[in-house]
Amino acid sequence: MSASGLVGGLKRGLDAPICLTWELTYACNLQCVHCLSSSGVRDPRELTTAEAKALIDELERMQVFYINIGGGEPMVRRDFFELIAYAIDHHVGVKFSTNGTFIDRAAARRLASMDYLDVQISIDGIDAPTNDAVRGQGSYAAARRAMDHLQNAGFGPFKISIVVTRHNVDQLDDFKALANSYGAQLRVTRLRPSGRGAESWHVLHPTADQQRQVYRWLLANGEDVLTGDSFFHLNALGEPLPGLNMCGAGRVVCLIDPIGEVYACPFVLHDQFRAGSVRDNGGFASVWRESELFVSLREPQSAGACASCGSYDACQGGCMAAKFFVGLPLDGPDPECVHGHGEELLASVDAARRPSAGPGHTKPVTLLRARPTAVTR
Amino acid sequence: MTIALDAPYAVDPRVAIRPEAFGALCYHYGNRRLTFLKSRDMVRVVQALAEHATAADALRACGIAEATWPRYADALASLQASEVIRER
Amino acid sequence: MDDVTDVADLHTDRDAGEEMLEEDLVEEISIDGMCGVY
Repeated sequence: MSASGLVGGLKRGLDAPICLTWELTYACNLQCVHCLSSSGVRDPRELTTAEAKALIDELERMQVFYINIGGGEPMVRRDFFELIAYAIDHHVGVKFSTNGTFIDRAAARRLASMDYLDVQISIDGIDAPTNDAVRGQGSYAAARRAMDHLQNAGFGPFKISIVVTRHNVDQLDDFKALANSYGAQLRVTRLRPSGRGAESWHVLHPTADQQRQVYRWLLANGEDVLTGDSFFHLNALGEPLPGLNMCGAGRVVCLIDPIGEVYACPFVLHDQFRAGSVRDNGGFASVWRESELFVSLREPQSAGACASCGSYDACQGGCMAAKFFVGLPLDGPDPECVHGHGEELLASVDAARRPSAGPGHTKPVTLLRARPTAVTR
Repeated sequence: MTIALDAPYAVDPRVAIRPEAFGALCYHYGNRRLTFLKSRDMVRVVQALAEHATAADALRACGIAEATWPRYADALASLQASEVIRER
Repeated sequence: MDDVTDVADLHTDRDAGEEMLEEDLVEEISIDGMCGVY
């Protein structure tokens, strides 16, 4: 069944986003090394409860089917349960992502009692040493406790999400087994050099050989495993991975940040990809439908330097966030281009001129720590 | 996979249908599945199902040429399989 | 929103010879937390 007509239509944009990600807060109890939103400290300009509910009302009017809630750590917000209940009551399903610290027995039972709600627990290693090197001491234990609580509360299938790094590529089978043991669904997702990820990307991102390993693993296990279509750049290796294999930024998805800013996707929290604010006159709807940035993203994109490469149709030039934050031009190869074209180009990039989103909301004490180095095992 | 056109159908109450430029998106809140109706005609047919005694009546009322009914029957069958529509 | 009356009016990635009429009227899409976050 050809999806080209459908994909073509999706690239031209939809009346309302399908996977709208809404980061509820920049506050977080963890300081993961690769945090895409550079979270840590709450922003004083955060949307109020009333503003958040007004936004949900607007999403309901637009018939947004569900929202993907994240952060920071969304459960840190005091009105977290109030907001998700409000969304569900207003025909907006909720899927939220959490580090699990605040899912104790009571919270698990509360979540289990709600319908139209999906929960995803983040973890980046099959054991504490691997995981905590990236997510911080105690974070593995907290995530596992949350999973146990959800299971004991009869929540049903939840999701376990891992970001693939150099240090956990060999653990994919173990992650699958872990998910199976809980009756949960596994998500594997691509590391981008976004947020704090820009600092650690060079030592954390999978090597070229490891990328091939991931590709082979996904081909063998893709049916049960979610990827959020984040590995379509690997399609240049051969048989395409399951999924739509297109970048949805500004076309199918976008991000609303904790202070109401609208960005093309969660991985490009940078002025260049800022479309507007839900606090603007026309609200979220007019940003989604009419902002200059999104309108331009819905125009046919140029292959640029990739035009002469036979793989462009398969890989679509990869991920714009990955290119942007390592300083590569957007109309050229992805830094992890499987043919090595990105790696060649990277050598000539002046690191000092790489775009930076700054420290974001990273806690000041974290900035004083030494930069993360390769994990020794 | 096919469907009986001489039976009555309706859209599952847990399904939301949102028109788009070239059809509509259907989201089933219960099973989380997302389906695209790829033509305006198909959208009208789906929305007409509940108001007619049979699927055939709905097709007729929407002015769908009988020669094309097999394509619609296939489409309705897959909508039934994904629980977007059901016999009523 | 475009005021398009028929999908045939849209440009697509299709080959020129492909018959629009043969395409399925329904397609299930797996848009799973696109961009791999949630």
